[in-house]
Amino acid sequence: MADVKEFKVVGTRPIRHDGTDKVTGRALYGGDVRMAGMLYGKVLRSPHAHARIKSINIRKALSLPGVRAVVTGKDLPDAADRIAELGEGAVNLKYLGNNCLADDKVLYKGHAVAAVAAVNAHVAEEALSLINVKYEVLPPVLDVREAMKDDAPLLLPELRTTSLGQKGDKPSNVASHFQFKKGDPEKGFREADLIVEREFFTATVHQGYIETHNATAMWNPDGLLTIWCSTQGAFTVRQQASELLNIPVSKIKVVPMEIGGGFGGKIRVYIEPVAALLSRKTGRPVKIVMTRAEVLEGTGPTPGSYIRVKIGANREGRITAAEAYLAYEAGAYPGSPVGAGAMCIFAPYDLENAQVDGYDVVVNKPQTSAYRAPGATNAALAETLIDEIAERLKMDPIDLRLKNAAKEGVRRVDGPVFPRIGCVEVLEATRNHPHYTAPLGGPNRGRGVALGFWFNVGLKSSASASVNADGTVSLVEGSTDIGGSRTTAAMHVAEELGIAAEDVRPVVGDTDSVGYTDVTGGSRVTFATGWACYEAAQDIKRQLCERAARLWEISSDDVTYENGGCVSRSDPSRRITFKELAGKLGDTGGPVVGRASVDPQGVGGAFAANIVDVEVDPDTGKTQVLRFTVVQDAGKAIHPSYVEGQMQGGSVQGIGWALNEEYFYDSKGVMRNASLLDYRMPTCLDLPMIDTVIVEVPNPGHPYGVRGVGEVPIVPPAAAISNAIYHAVGIRMNCLPMSPGKVLEEILKKG
Amino acid sequence: MSKKVHVQTRINGEEVEFLCEPRQSLLEVLRDELGLTGSKEGCNNGNCGACNVLLNGRLVNACLVLGVEVQGREVTTIEGIASPEGLHPLQQKFLEHAALQCGVCTPGFIVAARALLDKTPRPTEGQVRHWLAGNLCRCTGYDKIVRAVLDAATVKKGKR
Repeated sequence: MADVKEFKVVGTRPIRHDGTDKVTGRALYGGDVRMAGMLYGKVLRSPHAHARIKSINIRKALSLPGVRAVVTGKDLPDAADRIAELGEGAVNLKYLGNNCLADDKVLYKGHAVAAVAAVNAHVAEEALSLINVKYEVLPPVLDVREAMKDDAPLLLPELRTTSLGQKGDKPSNVASHFQFKKGDPEKGFREADLIVEREFFTATVHQGYIETHNATAMWNPDGLLTIWCSTQGAFTVRQQASELLNIPVSKIKVVPMEIGGGFGGKIRVYIEPVAALLSRKTGRPVKIVMTRAEVLEGTGPTPGSYIRVKIGANREGRITAAEAYLAYEAGAYPGSPVGAGAMCIFAPYDLENAQVDGYDVVVNKPQTSAYRAPGATNAALAETLIDEIAERLKMDPIDLRLKNAAKEGVRRVDGPVFPRIGCVEVLEATRNHPHYTAPLGGPNRGRGVALGFWFNVGLKSSASASVNADGTVSLVEGSTDIGGSRTTAAMHVAEELGIAAEDVRPVVGDTDSVGYTDVTGGSRVTFATGWACYEAAQDIKRQLCERAARLWEISSDDVTYENGGCVSRSDPSRRITFKELAGKLGDTGGPVVGRASVDPQGVGGAFAANIVDVEVDPDTGKTQVLRFTVVQDAGKAIHPSYVEGQMQGGSVQGIGWALNEEYFYDSKGVMRNASLLDYRMPTCLDLPMIDTVIVEVPNPGHPYGVRGVGEVPIVPPAAAISNAIYHAVGIRMNCLPMSPGKVLEEILKKG
Repeated sequence: MSKKVHVQTRINGEEVEFLCEPRQSLLEVLRDELGLTGSKEGCNNGNCGACNVLLNGRLVNACLVLGVEVQGREVTTIEGIASPEGLHPLQQKFLEHAALQCGVCTPGFIVAARALLDKTPRPTEGQVRHWLAGNLCRCTGYDKIVRAVLDAATVKKGKR
């Protein structure tokens, strides 16, 4: 569909419409909500990683002056035991409810048990200490391989393993086992001249958004519930609240406030239904804001994992077979992103023979949530085996990748056949970058490369655009804006109507003000919401042509829209600009509103590659990133600054995952580093500039060629850094994070 | 409930009086009592910098200062960085360089960078990175933030 077209707005860098509000502190985030009579909620959380709740006594807490209500799991209606699609992963509603307020068991330290509403946050906090919960403490299981053992403590007595479609008959922590297979891996390995096999252990990490979760709920006496919150998807919050509170979606309005980061972690609800229950009990608005410790201990990290990979290649550097075993920690309830990891692990390569086995395993840690290309970063450690093969064959690692690179028509191990993709172009741009051949300039320095894939998603989006009499457009779209997407959306309308991006004023609507729109996730917003805005602009153009026809008293078939205005096909001297016509709408039939809802199918997957230089201190094991280049196929970059921003931000999250970030648990399952001092995300002092190269191989499934850019940049950094560490000091790390202690240990082992 | 204390101070150049409990942080007072919600809470224990304000010209985390401590002192928050004439060059450069994504860390970065430029008008990249190491941003990877601050430093002194 994508044709070569001259763009006027697409590809430029207008200043974001919400920018001034955000640099002056005026923008209103969920935590900034203030209402008359508002109460403050606090959540009581389990001190144990695994325990049965024997009793909860709330009497003392209720009698504390200033306390207005207390709720527990018993206040939540029994949710149906069924699966709901949340936009970036499916969730069992019973588990979702139990995660918001525990039922009869707590499954991780930090699991919500009860909540209080009081006149201020301090009183609410005091009241928590007056709630008396009696627990029967159970042994926790904290590691995926331990949890898979037959004699492991069981989290969910009703859970049975679904293995290759068959449900097992005995209780287990393994929720599912699936397999993707292509060709004959055994035969492929027999044909190999060289086989490498490695295993990896990766730690639990958090999305780390700077704004903590928050929700304010007002449940009116007329039965209408309004929720103001920080979410990646107002409509998914509405759906989840509807299911958990057992009221129709039509009774709920969700107002998405400005959101302070999400990265996948703000899709599932935690406190929204709890604030709603407290509001119903008190008749007043109730606001809950999580502390940072609550965020780390009680919300969606991305899983720790155990991974084994085996790859065989012949002397010419063709991969003959590949095999992977992925076991991911789902946390307290099933639903790790192991499926996505399995889809991505070998996707960059054209493989004849491959097999991937995935295991979704519950452990006594918080329920995992999506995190930017969920599951793919762990799996991309397979890229360290590619590096090893290149080294042993004395081939350039990019040449080896090019020799095996996936192209249009290649079938992935998990089934889909690639349409036009930019894998080769990304690799070539990486090889041609001056960074790739620049001198390293010092001892203990090394350079690594790695390649990553993410499939991206489409899903549903809606937009409506009203033409104003002064020749501007007011745009309402439904994607909460985490990185400038409302401006990108506006650029689609501006491009199509031939006006300036500044003349389109975008707003993110609430669930009563805009058509259904799926979450801001899956790298889908520019692709799908942008497309909805593109279609809304087409709708405006059609209507404007009719208006021009009426003005000129000619047939509307004789009018077309081009270069920012309507023109008569038969007499091109008859022309009226968008702005002129906008001023005449009142006289030609009234206002013009363009609208569109889309569910586009032509999703284009994305590839990213990194070149990274590191220096490893042989005395401390500390790895310093000296230079970092990220090359990525965007399909078409609508707003290049925002594309670069996604590439840089994703890369740095990958760097943190690679080198620093991890949940430290003690043997009782208590996270010992639940603060931003001890859960150490990268600061600007840890980093160099992040150089970006945007490759544009248009996605044939989109009018502008857009692929989606948000997620794939987090996929290759950990593997690229691991490769760089090897080339610096000669050790192949088998874990994430590659923190100083672990690197030093390997250096000492090597001698 | 503990007894409230009467505090007189100057915030963004204006005389302000408020009542607060001794246990309330300056951040809580700014946000909940005075409606100055531009200072953000990211961690409430001094690790993220989202609540950075200037106290008598010195950069502090408002979550680590008690409300009662600002008696007789002068506080500058993000709401006091722009002037009636327009945005501060730092704010303008953050926009031009697309140095924000979600924007929740942005007020803290701008206040912190303002404190840096007050002290060191032409910082090197290294000085910027060192000074801003107390501010966490999870969206941008810092690249565009550092560039925006370096660029703002080139704007003539009278204009900032």
